[in-house]
Amino acid sequence: MHHSPEKLSQSAKSKLAELAEKEKLTTRDRKGIERQEMPAQDPIERGQNMCEVALGLSPEQAKLEALRCIQCKNEPCVAGCPVGIDIPGFILQIAENDFKGAIDTIKKSSLLPAVCGRVCPQEEQCQEVCTVGRMQKDVEKSVSIGRLERFAADWERENGALEIPEVKPETGKKVAIIGSGPASVTVAADIRREGHAVTIFEAFHRPGGVLLYGIPEFRLPKGIVDLEIDTLRKMGVEIKTDFVVGRTRKLMDLMREDGFDAVFIGTGAGLPKFMNIDGENLVGVFSANEYLTRSNLMKAYEKEQADTPIYDSRKVAILGGGNVAMDAARTALRIGAEEVHVVYRRTESEMPARLEEVEHAKEEGIIFDFLCSPTKIHGDEFGRVKSMELLRYELGEPDDSGRCRPVAIEGSEYEMDVDTVIVAIGNGSNPLIRQTTDGLEVNKWGNIVVDENSRTSIEGVYAGGDIVLGAATVILAMGEGRRAAAAMNEYLS
Amino acid sequence: MARIIHKTQLSEDVFRMRLEAPLIAKERRAGQFIILQVNDNFGERIPLTIANADKEEGSITIIFQRVGKTTKELAELEEEDEIPHLVGPLGLPTHIEKLGRVTVVGGGIGVAPSYPIAEAMKAAGNHLTVIMGARNKDLVIMEEEMSSIADELIVCTDDGSAGRKALVTEPLKELCESDTPPDMVIAIGPPIMMKFCAKTTEPYEVPTVVSLNTIMVDGTGMCGGCRVNVGGEVKFVCVDGPEFDGHQVDFDNMMNRLKSYQTQEKAKTCKLEKVGKTTNLANPRE
Repeated sequence: MHHSPEKLSQSAKSKLAELAEKEKLTTRDRKGIERQEMPAQDPIERGQNMCEVALGLSPEQAKLEALRCIQCKNEPCVAGCPVGIDIPGFILQIAENDFKGAIDTIKKSSLLPAVCGRVCPQEEQCQEVCTVGRMQKDVEKSVSIGRLERFAADWERENGALEIPEVKPETGKKVAIIGSGPASVTVAADIRREGHAVTIFEAFHRPGGVLLYGIPEFRLPKGIVDLEIDTLRKMGVEIKTDFVVGRTRKLMDLMREDGFDAVFIGTGAGLPKFMNIDGENLVGVFSANEYLTRSNLMKAYEKEQADTPIYDSRKVAILGGGNVAMDAARTALRIGAEEVHVVYRRTESEMPARLEEVEHAKEEGIIFDFLCSPTKIHGDEFGRVKSMELLRYELGEPDDSGRCRPVAIEGSEYEMDVDTVIVAIGNGSNPLIRQTTDGLEVNKWGNIVVDENSRTSIEGVYAGGDIVLGAATVILAMGEGRRAAAAMNEYLS
Repeated sequence: MARIIHKTQLSEDVFRMRLEAPLIAKERRAGQFIILQVNDNFGERIPLTIANADKEEGSITIIFQRVGKTTKELAELEEEDEIPHLVGPLGLPTHIEKLGRVTVVGGGIGVAPSYPIAEAMKAAGNHLTVIMGARNKDLVIMEEEMSSIADELIVCTDDGSAGRKALVTEPLKELCESDTPPDMVIAIGPPIMMKFCAKTTEPYEVPTVVSLNTIMVDGTGMCGGCRVNVGGEVKFVCVDGPEFDGHQVDFDNMMNRLKSYQTQEKAKTCKLEKVGKTTNLANPRE
């Protein structure tokens, strides 16, 4: 059920007034406050535009949500946060109307709160262990830490209160950072703060990495990413776009000839996986990376203005059940598809996508086909996708990951008419750096091997984010970046 | 950003530009390509092969045909103008070695990317035969450059207005049947030409390399838009290519994939031409 932002704000106002009459809030009072719903664009309307879906809590809602936190002593949320933000601290500040204080508290530990408040899987991190949720045996009743983080970050930006972090005097040391996604941005800021010169090398024409090419505008407005990058520039970080390390210049040349004292590799997981089924090269089959990059980075959704085309689809199937699959499905809808299906081998409860994203997708009319997987894609006489052959599955015994293994049901073949198939089953590691850097140790999947201090097999070369972890999340990449930066600062001192 | 040092028009729709790109000039090898973007905000990224490079000057040369919106905009730029985005060198370099007799076949605009490969093969000590094909004599490019490096140069046109009236596959077949057949053929040009060159050499078992120019976004392996079937395996042109064994490439699938956005592109070009009559939208700075 969708409620208008005005209505949500109004009811928060009345509840706040009611609580204001009390001298001191008891735990019971706090428990009595309903979790504040995130105001969102109308589901039908938003399917036609690219604007952000979640609109952000109003100040009243934020204060009320902050009052739900009981400030428990053991602070499980802090341990649940990959970068260890003082969560009860900033929530208390919001409750006390000190929004500036709240954002300052967050920024001590996280560099990208406006981004993380939007895209972190909080329900698996800080909110999963929240005492308020535990008391009510429902993670959906935990304090909405992510929404409060976003509120504080948005408040800062919208009130022109963005501050440029202080930079120590120049040390004369030079650091190269390869890639400009979440891990790299974190490393750049942490190292620059210590007074080292930092240069970011980005292969694309705009910096931001996956925040830019991967996550759609309707989930993370690009203006926010640009501002974060701008902050780095103001700190004195140099950003070289259109520069592919490994091709334009080899990693070791940066160290041996260009005088870089240390290098961080944060190139991400950039090699799309395909299903390896017949018909996967037909016209109309795309990797989610390609589809999303066309729409996000190249702005193909602005059909009138953008030179980069995007496929005209009527009926689309997305293969996969993660956040990228949700992003691709919802993008296809906005590009103009009449019917969008998410095709997933297991059931809804095994889907790796965030619940919030799944619900948003459902509200917008995305159709979910569970327990099925394609075996073949058929094309017409022009080599364009016309249908998909699928098999039905049932859940069997749990596998190593603890999820039930899907088992194909023999003889359950059926066909589904589609004109577009988007494959969103993950990424392997991009081989460019390892192919052009002798002595860089990688594992059997091609991910760079690092020790507990993010050090690779080459002295002075560090790595982090998805190129080490395999495909993971923004905040985990940032956590990795933080660890690498600390080790690099140590190495340079 | 890349400054245009020099621009020449080679034929009605074919242009040559020398661009300031010192790092690319230093690193590039024959067979590699660049990606450029003419409009910073809404532009598309297009791959173009590096036709030549000058390390001393720090420049690379590109040769392109005015066909789509981006190449039209590119052709509008003049010397001293800057191309907002240029990245490279991308792709794997051509494997150059002394094989004996090498035949390079260049069709249309494909002559440009075949030049550095021909040059490198010659420098490696091979006997070099170059077959150049074009629709008519006005579309023959780089004949002088090619004749300066080739031991034998065969020019063919569809209408016979220059050289032989033939398709490039005719002299290619003759070479394969001769007493001195090529040890390797490298064919670069329109997909259909490459397909038939590969078909021509196949019965004679002459190894044939083709250089593919597919749809691409990033050029670093991230999007997979450029994928092709090669010997039943999926390969990415940007990181596994652009050169492949021509006898293994599924050209029909590749040609279909090249037409993925045909309707959208046609609609755009029509619109551009209509608008272009009154204002110059192609060059955003005017």
